[in-house]
Amino acid sequence: MKNLQEQEKQELLPVERSIFTAPLQRRSFLQYAGAGAAAVALVAAGCKKDRGNEPMVPGGVTLNFKDDFGVLNYAYALEQLEAAFYIQVASNLPSGFSPVEKQYFQDIQYHEIAHREFFKKALGSAAIGSLEVDFSSINFTDRTSVLGAAMAFEDLGVGAYNGAGVRLTTDAYLVAAGKIVSVEARHAAYVRDLISNGSFASSPQVNDKGLDMALTPDVVLAAAGKYIKTKITVTNL
Amino acid sequence: MNIVNILEEIEKVDGEIYERLNPRRSAMKDFYNMGKKVALAAMPLALGSMFTKAYGQSTPTAVANVLKFALTLEYLEYHFYNHSLLAAPGLLTAGTPAHGAITTIRDHELAHVNLLRGALGEAAAGPALAYTDFDFTAKGTFPTVYSDYKTFLAVAQAFEDTGVRAYKGQATELKGNPVLTIALQIHSVEARHASHIRQMRAAPAGGGVSIKPWISLGAGGGANDSGVPQVDPVYKGEDLDVQAGVTITGIATGVNKAVAVESFDEPLSKEDVLAIAGLFIK
Repeated sequence: MKNLQEQEKQELLPVERSIFTAPLQRRSFLQYAGAGAAAVALVAAGCKKDRGNEPMVPGGVTLNFKDDFGVLNYAYALEQLEAAFYIQVASNLPSGFSPVEKQYFQDIQYHEIAHREFFKKALGSAAIGSLEVDFSSINFTDRTSVLGAAMAFEDLGVGAYNGAGVRLTTDAYLVAAGKIVSVEARHAAYVRDLISNGSFASSPQVNDKGLDMALTPDVVLAAAGKYIKTKITVTNL
Repeated sequence: MNIVNILEEIEKVDGEIYERLNPRRSAMKDFYNMGKKVALAAMPLALGSMFTKAYGQSTPTAVANVLKFALTLEYLEYHFYNHSLLAAPGLLTAGTPAHGAITTIRDHELAHVNLLRGALGEAAAGPALAYTDFDFTAKGTFPTVYSDYKTFLAVAQAFEDTGVRAYKGQATELKGNPVLTIALQIHSVEARHASHIRQMRAAPAGGGVSIKPWISLGAGGGANDSGVPQVDPVYKGEDLDVQAGVTITGIATGVNKAVAVESFDEPLSKEDVLAIAGLFIK
C-alpha cells in the first residue's frame, strides 16, 4: 500500500502542485475542478486505490466511462443492438403487419442504422468494434414476440440515454444524445400503442411524477446482456 | 479513503467549499454518513458527481431560469388539456381512447407543474398560472380549437413537439447537474405524448392526416411536417441532417434525407420557444 501511495504521489504531482500549493487563486482552482479532471485525481489520491491496467478481454469490448468517449461508445453499443434487431425484423416481418406498420418498422430500422453510423463516425478511431448479437430468445415469426422485444429495446434505450446524459461534458455530444433520445421515445410510444393503444406512456415506464425512466449503465447493460454475445467490460463507472 | 481530509485540504484554498457543495453546511453530514454506507468502489462516482454539482457549469440561477421557463410551458400544456376535458362539450367523449389519452397527458403535465414548483420552491415558482392567463385560439388563429377535434389535435401536436424541442434546447444549461436527468425524464415523456398525438391525427377520427409518430420532412422537403402552415415556427430547423459535424444523409444504404431528418429531433432556443408560447399567453 505504501509503495502504491508513493507511485501515485509521483503520478499526481502536477495535479497536487496546482491545487494545493499557495499562492493559488481560487479562480484557477475552480477552473480546474470544473474540468472534472481534478475530481478524478483527488479520488485517486484519497482512495489510495490500485490502478492496474484493465485486463483486455480477447474479442470483447471495453466501455471506459472515464470520459465522453466511454458514454458515446455505450450509446454506440446500444444502437448497434437496436439496428441489428430491426434489420432482422424488417427483413422478414411476421404476419399481421399492416402496410403502414411495415413502412414504420422500416423507418425505425433506418433510424437505428443512422444512429449507429453516426456514433461510429463521431467516435472515429475511439469506436469500439462490432458487437455480436444473440436474438435466440426472440421469435421473429411472431408479431407479439417482435413487438414485445421492440418495446423492451426502445424503453431501455430511452432510460439509458436519460441516465447517461448527466455524464456528458461536451455540449455537442449532450445535444446529440438529446436529439436521439426523443426519437427513441417516439418509437417506444408507437410500439407501445401497437401493443395496447393508449399505453404510450404507461406506468411504471412513466411514474406518477410524469417522469420517464433514467437508468444507470450497469442496469442497462445487465438487461441488454442477454442479447449480446460479445463480452463487454465496463470500467470507471 | 479519506474524503474528509480532501475536503479539508480544499477548504484551505476554497473557504466556501462546503457552501458550494451544499448551501446548507449541516447537509455535509449527509455526505459523511453516506460515505459510511456506500461501498468503497462506488465512492469515486459519488465524489465525482458531488464535485460536478459544486463546480459544474450550471449556476443556481441558470438552473432556476430553466425550471421557470419549463414551468410556464407545462402550465400552458396543462391548461390546454385540462380545459378540453372539463369545459369543451362534445370535443372528447368520456370512455373513448381519445379521452383516456388526453387524460393521461393532462395528468403528466400537472405532475410536471407540481414537480417543477417543488424544485423551484414556492417563492421562486411565483403565482400559479390559470386557464384565464392563456388564449388557446392564439388570438383567433385557431378559433375552433375547443370545438373541432382535428384543430384541437393539431394544436396539441404543436405544443408537444415544441415541448420536446424546448427541453432539448436547455440541456447544455444543465450540463453535469442532477437537474439535467429530471429534465431529460420529462423531455422523453413529452416525446411519447407527441408520438401518440400524431397517431391520433393519423387515425380516421383525427382527420387521417398523413403524419408519422416522428418528425419527418414536410411537403416539398420543408421543415414543417404537420400540414399546418400556421405552426411553421414550431418546426423551424427540423430539416437539419448534419449532426455534430457528421452528415447523416447517405451515411448508410437507405438513409435518405427524410430518414436523416427523422432520426434526430432538433432543439429550439428559449427565445424561439417563448415566441411560440407567447402567441397563446394573454
